[in-house]
Amino acid sequence: MLDEEKKKKLVHVSNEIRKSIIEMLLEAGSGHTAGPLGMADVFTALYFHILKHNPKNPEWEDRDRVILSNGHICPVLYATMAHAGYFPVKELMTLRKFSSRLQGHPHREWLPGIETSSGPLGSGLSQALGMALADRIDHGTSSSKFFYCLVSDGEMDAGNIWEAGMLAGKEGVHNLIAIMDRNNIQIDGYTEDVMPLEPLKAKWEAWNWHVLEIDGHNFEEIVDAVEQAQAVFNRPTMILANTIPGKGVPAFERKYEWHGKPPNTEEAKIALDALRSLEGRIISENS
Amino acid sequence: MRSVASKVELLVKIASFVVMIPQELKLNPKIFDTDVEQAPIREGYGKGLLEAGRVDERIVALCADLTGSTKTDLFAKEFPNRFVQIGVAEQNLAAVASGMAAMGKIPFITSYAMFSPGRNWEQIRTTACYNDQPVKIAGSHAGVSVGPDGGTHQAIEDMAIMRVIPRMTVISPCDAIEAKKATMEAAKTPHPTYIRLAREKTPIITTEATPFEIGKASLLFKPREGKAEVGIIVTGALVYQALMVAQALEKEGVRISVLNVSTIKPLDKKGIISFARDARRLVTVEEHQVAGGLGSAVAECLVENLPTPIQFVGVRDVFGQSGTPDELISHYGMDERGITDAVRRVLS
Repeated sequence: MLDEEKKKKLVHVSNEIRKSIIEMLLEAGSGHTAGPLGMADVFTALYFHILKHNPKNPEWEDRDRVILSNGHICPVLYATMAHAGYFPVKELMTLRKFSSRLQGHPHREWLPGIETSSGPLGSGLSQALGMALADRIDHGTSSSKFFYCLVSDGEMDAGNIWEAGMLAGKEGVHNLIAIMDRNNIQIDGYTEDVMPLEPLKAKWEAWNWHVLEIDGHNFEEIVDAVEQAQAVFNRPTMILANTIPGKGVPAFERKYEWHGKPPNTEEAKIALDALRSLEGRIISENS
Repeated sequence: MRSVASKVELLVKIASFVVMIPQELKLNPKIFDTDVEQAPIREGYGKGLLEAGRVDERIVALCADLTGSTKTDLFAKEFPNRFVQIGVAEQNLAAVASGMAAMGKIPFITSYAMFSPGRNWEQIRTTACYNDQPVKIAGSHAGVSVGPDGGTHQAIEDMAIMRVIPRMTVISPCDAIEAKKATMEAAKTPHPTYIRLAREKTPIITTEATPFEIGKASLLFKPREGKAEVGIIVTGALVYQALMVAQALEKEGVRISVLNVSTIKPLDKKGIISFARDARRLVTVEEHQVAGGLGSAVAECLVENLPTPIQFVGVRDVFGQSGTPDELISHYGMDERGITDAVRRVLS
């Protein structure tokens, strides 16, 4: 549960993270914009409220694991980690540059706190599942860790995700919690045009997953869903987080053209102005 | 009279074995006998995995619906809690293993080579190698000697696609005993590793006492006297054919040496350069495409260090087909006749 003060703080942090995303993408000159902005609230909720982690000791054995499967939205992961204290915020300006720890797609060996290298879509859920299975061998069902896997909806096109979905359901891995960025866009267009995914909820339920559907910009809903998922003891949970691609910058919102390009100087100014004007306001679609 | 003759023949055979086979390797003394013992290389893998699992509880096994025929069942039966049945899903097989490795496990994944690493190459590249996780990939039923199943099931590109990935170790054992040792040794390294296995029973060349080290080639046969005129560099089950050719040519007065390269990567460059320096002409032999496999690896090494004429024995840019293993090995020129022809070509 979230009290008002905490909720206010999360709104503020996610706004700061969005600003960082715009600034780092402008500096990088390439990268993805829509997905990172859309997932800023989910990442904020994870790193600033839900996770058991220690930014000063990223190798802490008992930490929860965050596995980012759709590696291309890494600007939101990097920005969130920086604001959470994993590394200096100013390092965000090195994104995608030569010798930077912030590789264009995340590399586990380059930046402490990154659990898996990712970019090629479809294999993150398998890796998160592998971690949970290994953890179960060592600790049985009394494990204190949770394995959070962030996946995209476009990624659902990939057979590897279906394979992982079936195996996780079969194994009934209780501490695997996946959060899908249901933003309805992918590079070539709207997901339902490129490759229809609906009925999405029914697919995961058919594989023996506990499925929740939430507004991915509503902190209460995000936190409630994760708490519910943590209480499920015999199945993995899939949280379908409905998000708006480009969220926070009206000029970018809902446009698939913003999937894979960075803002130019002018567009970045518009975006930052929009984000500044959002300061302190609740941004959920439903509120 | 007859028994005396056969005794003399036996003595000659033992004498030639002693002379041409380096004794310190403690190879199977029956190599050149018609009744040499045979066993499938994949069986050595199954035994090695079980043995490795007994000494190191971090070892886990994952299989894509081929538990019996890859001999993973030996491990699965003894350690059901450390075995994961993945189903026919090789991409998941590799990536789940990577996740388990991230939590400190040493996962062995098994399927047919055509499917793993054939189908899941990118998952192996990114989640195992790029991530630097010690995932061990056992590709069974490699080569055309799978036989009747036909070209769809004959992996003859696997060493090439594994060898090209940074950090990957590639091992192609010559018999079941070497496969067992390779599996146990692979379990001890922190590196992603591919172990290539064959389906059919093949002659036992080594013994439990034969030394094995990842990354080390071994000289299995040398001329009775003087330096070799041609050196045969060979990997996998075809080591046996190479030895037969060497012995037959020795009788004709052609001096041959044979180097077993069971580790394709990292290649024993020192061993290969010194072998090539002695022999000066080489034939490479592998049950694999000529492109990208052992022959290519040897050529890459020698072109930079000691340019040496080479004839390649292997499949030449075509797919396999149904047939008996012997028919196929012969059809694609990898039998004793094919190897002998290559020796004559490199000599002329």
